[in-house]
Amino acid sequence: MEQHKAHIIALLEKGKRHDGRDAMEYREVSVENNPIPRANGSARVKIGNTEVIVGVKMDVSTPFPDTPEEGTLMINTELMPMANPDFEPGPPKAEAIELSRVVDRGIRESGCIDFGKLCITPKEKVWTVFVDVYPINDDGNLLDAAALAAVTALKNTVIPKYDEKEGVVMHKEPSKKKLELEFIPVLTTFGKIGGHLFADFDLLEQHSMDARLSLSSMPNGKIAAMQKGGFGTFSEQEILNLVDLAVEKGKELRKLIK
Amino acid sequence: MGKGKHAGAPDKLIVGGKRLDGRKFNELRPLTIKAGVIPNADGSCSLQIGQTYILVGVYGPREVFPRHMTLQDRAALECIYGMAAFSTSDRARPGPSRRSTEISKVITDALAPAIMLEKYPRTKIDVYIEVMNANAGTRTAAITAAAVALADAGIEMRDLVASVASGKVDDELMLDMFEPEDNFGSADIPLAMMPRKKEITLLQLDGELTKEEIQALIEMNMKACEEIYEVQKAALKEKYKISAEAAAEETEDGTA
Repeated sequence: MEQHKAHIIALLEKGKRHDGRDAMEYREVSVENNPIPRANGSARVKIGNTEVIVGVKMDVSTPFPDTPEEGTLMINTELMPMANPDFEPGPPKAEAIELSRVVDRGIRESGCIDFGKLCITPKEKVWTVFVDVYPINDDGNLLDAAALAAVTALKNTVIPKYDEKEGVVMHKEPSKKKLELEFIPVLTTFGKIGGHLFADFDLLEQHSMDARLSLSSMPNGKIAAMQKGGFGTFSEQEILNLVDLAVEKGKELRKLIK
Repeated sequence: MGKGKHAGAPDKLIVGGKRLDGRKFNELRPLTIKAGVIPNADGSCSLQIGQTYILVGVYGPREVFPRHMTLQDRAALECIYGMAAFSTSDRARPGPSRRSTEISKVITDALAPAIMLEKYPRTKIDVYIEVMNANAGTRTAAITAAAVALADAGIEMRDLVASVASGKVDDELMLDMFEPEDNFGSADIPLAMMPRKKEITLLQLDGELTKEEIQALIEMNMKACEEIYEVQKAALKEKYKISAEAAAEETEDGTA
């Protein structure tokens, strides 16, 4: 790994990446709508060889006591062992939980979901939006792929009919009621290695890098959430530069959601 | 499978001699198999049969973990069958259930006879199976897909394993039930076999059948397994076929 790191740094000194990309260039990104007919909304996102499927399931539950008239959002990630030889079967570990929570905050804090519209009966019944993230192949930067797939799946989500008398969600009844997103927040994550910053790291870069910073940007140019990871550090100026880059890259990625 | 009867059954599952999705009684749903879909895995496969969608990743032969699974004379084989949270009507809680644990075991038992485990002592072969979208026949689809993923991993095998279920629905014997038939049918037999020598590696039955019906369903399954076998082989050939450009390059290299 040290050899890889030295190689990656040597190339970055010359403004190059080991796979020929520019520092702020993403790998090829593709977005597929609704690959999972059983889900209420779903998406498949590929960023290079990284592939993630996200499915949304709507269910009815009791609201939290402090928000009796608001629906709830639950984001869960299964780091399936098929996706990476380092993933082990079993309950989610720190890495999976961090990923879920970063994706969650990027969506929740942006305010793109009007949770008030997800109330059925105040204090009693609200919709819970379950967002399940399933990486199929991890070649680095699962965060951006997961977040992009999550917002796309949410945008595709149709709220099923609910039988209030019987208290059952009628998943098999056709419904046309969309879970409307007010806008699309986009998560972009940047890596740092030996003082160099770059976008969309692949697995080799991810294993060699010192730190990462994820930013969730909104169409109005505001940032809704950030998360620094890794043992390295960022300077104030670096962070401010990444804010600009996040907004710029966010615009590019947002165009891919149709 | 094992879901039992519940309210909401369609009036009829057979209309005018045809099934609700228009198939004949001995007809499979449209089947698509692709090998090599997960670059990180040593072998992988995606399979769609009707709306049932399965992904399989194989890792190994590799170091045994947990170590106590080590076998001195052959490879340890572990298949893990799971269902994605969004794969079913109501969200499925991630993680193993009693049902998935049993299915993981019968899948392991269905695949083991085909794998030359004795060639890889003190190693482990992990087969990770995820049902991404469930619409009946997931265990049999999982076996069919896992066999392709194992072959894709380059693991030595006696044969592929092809698998399908058939059953009794509204007093008719039929192949490869989709969800309404699976939920409201009276019996089903999932079967897996190594087609070359017609050796059966998985057999289960839920429901009441006469000996004649059992024979008819086994034969219906075996015939369909031959069809599935061709699709499996085609998927592997597709993955390993040398593209025209690559072939040209190879000749150039060879003659240079």
